Amino acid sequence: MFLIHCPYCAEHREEDEFHAVGQAHLPRPPDPDAMTDEQWGDYLYFRKNPRGEHRELWVHAAGCRKYFNVARNTQTYEIYATYKVGDTLDLGDDPQAGATGSALNRRSG
Amino acid sequence: MLNAHQLRLQQKNRLDSGGRIERDKPLSFLFADRRLMGYAGDTLASALLANGVDVVGRSFKYSRARGIMTAGVEEPNAILQTGATESTQTPNIKATEQSLYEGLVCRPVNGWPSVNTDVMSVLGRLGGALMSPGFYYKTFMWPKSQWETYEKFIRRAAGLGRSPTLPDADRYDHMHHHVDVMVVGAGPAGLMAALSAARQGARVLLADERSEAGGSLLFSRDSIEGKPAMEWVADVVTELDASDSVTRLARSTVTGYHDHNFLTISERRSDHLGDRAPAHMSRQRLHKVRAGSVVLATGAHERPLVFANNDLPGCMLASSVSHYIQRFAVVPGTQLVVMTSNDSAYQAAFDWVDAGRKLVAIVDTRRDPDGAVTQMARQRGMTLITGSALIEARGRHRVSGAVVSPINAAATFVTGELRLLPCDTIATSGGWSPVVHLSCHTGSRPVWSDEKLGFVPGSTSEARFCAGAINGTLSLDQCLAEGVHAGSEAATAAHHLSSDRIMKIPASASGQEDVCAAMPVFLVPHTLPSSRAPKQFVDMQNDVTAAGIQMSTQEGFESIEHVKRYTALGFGTDQGKTGNVNGMAIVAHALGKTLAETGTTVFRPNYTPVSFGVVAGASTDLLFDPQRFTPMHAWHLQRGAVFENVGQWKRPLYFPQGDESMAQAIVREQLATRNGVGILDASTLGKIDIQGRDAREFLGRVYTNAWAKLAPGRCRYGLMCGEDGMIMDDGVTSCLAQNHFLMTTTTGGAAHVLSWLEIYQQTEWPELEVFFNSVTDHWATMSIAGPDSRNLLATLTDLDLSAESFGFMDWREATVAGIPARIFRISFTGDLSYEINVPAHYGLALWEALFEAGAAFGLTPYGTETMHVLRAEKGFIIVGQDTDGSMTPYDMNHGWAVANNKEFSFIGKRGMNRSDCLRTDRKQLVGLMTTDPSALLPEGAQAVRDPAEPIPMTMVGHVTSSYHSAFLGRRIAMAVIKDGLQRMGEKVYFPLAGGELVEAVICDPVFVDPQGIRQKA
Repeated sequence: MFLIHCPYCAEHREEDEFHAVGQAHLPRPPDPDAMTDEQWGDYLYFRKNPRGEHRELWVHAAGCRKYFNVARNTQTYEIYATYKVGDTLDLGDDPQAGATGSALNRRSG
Repeated sequence: MLNAHQLRLQQKNRLDSGGRIERDKPLSFLFADRRLMGYAGDTLASALLANGVDVVGRSFKYSRARGIMTAGVEEPNAILQTGATESTQTPNIKATEQSLYEGLVCRPVNGWPSVNTDVMSVLGRLGGALMSPGFYYKTFMWPKSQWETYEKFIRRAAGLGRSPTLPDADRYDHMHHHVDVMVVGAGPAGLMAALSAARQGARVLLADERSEAGGSLLFSRDSIEGKPAMEWVADVVTELDASDSVTRLARSTVTGYHDHNFLTISERRSDHLGDRAPAHMSRQRLHKVRAGSVVLATGAHERPLVFANNDLPGCMLASSVSHYIQRFAVVPGTQLVVMTSNDSAYQAAFDWVDAGRKLVAIVDTRRDPDGAVTQMARQRGMTLITGSALIEARGRHRVSGAVVSPINAAATFVTGELRLLPCDTIATSGGWSPVVHLSCHTGSRPVWSDEKLGFVPGSTSEARFCAGAINGTLSLDQCLAEGVHAGSEAATAAHHLSSDRIMKIPASASGQEDVCAAMPVFLVPHTLPSSRAPKQFVDMQNDVTAAGIQMSTQEGFESIEHVKRYTALGFGTDQGKTGNVNGMAIVAHALGKTLAETGTTVFRPNYTPVSFGVVAGASTDLLFDPQRFTPMHAWHLQRGAVFENVGQWKRPLYFPQGDESMAQAIVREQLATRNGVGILDASTLGKIDIQGRDAREFLGRVYTNAWAKLAPGRCRYGLMCGEDGMIMDDGVTSCLAQNHFLMTTTTGGAAHVLSWLEIYQQTEWPELEVFFNSVTDHWATMSIAGPDSRNLLATLTDLDLSAESFGFMDWREATVAGIPARIFRISFTGDLSYEINVPAHYGLALWEALFEAGAAFGLTPYGTETMHVLRAEKGFIIVGQDTDGSMTPYDMNHGWAVANNKEFSFIGKRGMNRSDCLRTDRKQLVGLMTTDPSALLPEGAQAVRDPAEPIPMTMVGHVTSSYHSAFLGRRIAMAVIKDGLQRMGEKVYFPLAGGELVEAVICDPVFVDPQGIRQKA
């Protein structure tokens, strides 16, 4: 049971109030029609599954209903920081930081 | 009621004085239908021992007699079933944890016909060879077909109690806590941690599993600050209880330590009061604690020494013997032999002799013990046998003797003459295993310490501190000091920085400074190898022996995790609290490794078993899952509607009249609607209010079809896909004003669609100014459908309902029966239809007004089943029934709802244009007419083109919807068939499970009014 700081509410809240959405920083390609099937497939389906630091998109579903980014350790479950969509967070040499959040992980069905 | 003399006679092991029991409060209880007496303050275990009950159960595999071995949560043997009535039956109760109350009823969980004359034990003795480690896998898997027969036999033979067959009569609840410092354990270290954190200003929660605080002090003879230990405890507890910032929970086991310092505590609030909880309180409570920092002061469990026949009743932990004498004034025997590898067990010998019973000998595995306690034993004239071990117990239902022999320095073989010492009790100590369980729950691995001879907590990223015996610290002074420091550090970590207020460390007079080092002994040698010696039990609850563990390593199991699963070591409800470390050491020795190399298995929540009741709390029955009702629900109930669950909604399925069957009712409902007018409660449809400058642009991006030109007052069917191009949801969206829309979704998809809109707005297109609001519950929605619907509505509104001024797919604001309403001229039946929306509170009033006016038209309420048939007659799809997440709009023949010329690449466009989605032979939605008009095509039936093809046949699609159409007087179906759109008029076949073959012709799925004349009337 995580204790998560919602960057919009500016409060720590119980994990019960949140949903994990998936890997963060996967912006929708600006011109989908120009992409090959393989490129589109990579965008749709391929995700990182690191042991260690990971960037995830979460939503304060039973709270402010805002989506935000979580930098956390998938091994220790430590949360390093949470930050708003559109913001970046540099935790050192981290190539994932940057870009915006992503809607992609919330797929149909 | 027995008099005092009779009570004493019966409790042959009870001392006349001493103990923390109330002799003026005798209690009677039933054990295996036998009436026994104890006192307030007893545990069930202490009362059974006081009465001289030796056998409390039979073992799991060999059905050997077992007695009480410990005095606490680590107990492997004394597992009882409690409950005076069927609805209060509770399995898996440890006698050592259960407080005694008047009228308590308990019985052993196994043994037939009784624990004293057990038939299974004969099988156990005969079948010993059968029951080797891994016996489930080896013996009973052959022949495979017989496993179910064996399984029943094994389960009846073993078992650890039974479930009640009636609902639990008591209540349970949950409570949340947010504290600075959570302290687990109220022994000397925990009390000091709580006190020092509280004095530093922290809000503290202190929980302990026992009925009284004190931990090991409950049975020690130490003094602290010049006072007897328990007086000192009482003073500390008084200060803690008086503090507003401290909450102290007794009988409360911290069962889980989860991420981010979230702990769960199972509090037994009334289990000690009676068979049922008092009316005003819950039986048990689950506390959910979020703590700034955590102090683990969970103590240590004594390790038994493993020797031959060490499971005989009368074999106990040394500290437990002291515990029963000091705390309960119960001496569990008459003649004692102590065996130890360390100093702590000497206390049991002193307590035993001081209680006036006979000490036969202290057997110390160490060559030359010279600590203070050894010297005291010598001074007191006790028989001390050093460099030796008790290698075998003798006896049948109780210990009657002990075989003692000299051993080598490594305790690996017997070196001299055997001696038989007559005795009825054996107390052993192989050292102390820190209770590291909670420290492991979040993934931290404990670390073996050669110095402490135990696993100690590993590192963690949580704000967690450990104090006392959990660190392997055994000296009382040091435990107190560690407690003070841990409490202070924990308070500081939780931001209560006032280090100047660090309290003074109390001094004890425990005399433990002169300690002789303990010796590592995990398996006492025998003259025979373990495989041939009498059984040496490591895990009592699962009957795992030293020989069994050795055999598993010989069979190739090297990982401790594999050995655990193969032998079932530590698999019991006690999770191997007494047996694990000995078992791991035996594995390490057999593999020629160190304990540090072998490591330990993983401890997971829960630390002890918890009841289902406390997990559920108050969330039972109606509180288990919310139910959603429409504003017209009471009317439906009164009309005798049969309901179906749609998500959490209760929707009328049909409205039977008299003794109508469902089939009869829906035929009547269909015909009444097609020929006159029917009404459907459609309030459950998802409704999302969408506003903002860019609302229209947003709709164009999330729907596949075009929205740029939809004028206020108009409605449009919309189709929504995922990025993969597959249909996700559909519904009608109406333009309320230039920048204001009302979207409807499927009943089940409402929450998902709202999230879907929000995530795209927030993460992908934050530049679009658009706002969403769920208004599903704000509106009551009723759909009147059928040729008479206009005439009916005309009686209740002044609105011009003519087709010219209020056409198909228009909406109008109007007053209906005096109620402000939005009327949408949309149709899910294919007939003339009006969907009337009024504020939810007006729903029932309008519904009733419609029925009043509708009497003249024969207005008929219909349910979801009729709705399904009517829409299928028109070929309207239901997302999730006719689609399954692999269907594009083209597959559903809904290409008309895809606007590929939109400037923005809408969601789903790229996905549905993947090469695979453009194949022309994909499964496509078609209608089916069975050759026999009454032939039943079950939904899900698989289609083949050639019914003569040998199995496995080539399947080309399946039925998605199938109904009896009353209007057409025949059965109709929808299906997805490969290349179906190109195969109109062709036959397909459906071989059914019963051998029947149904023939059908592929057709247009619009069975009724293909020109759409009726709905546009």
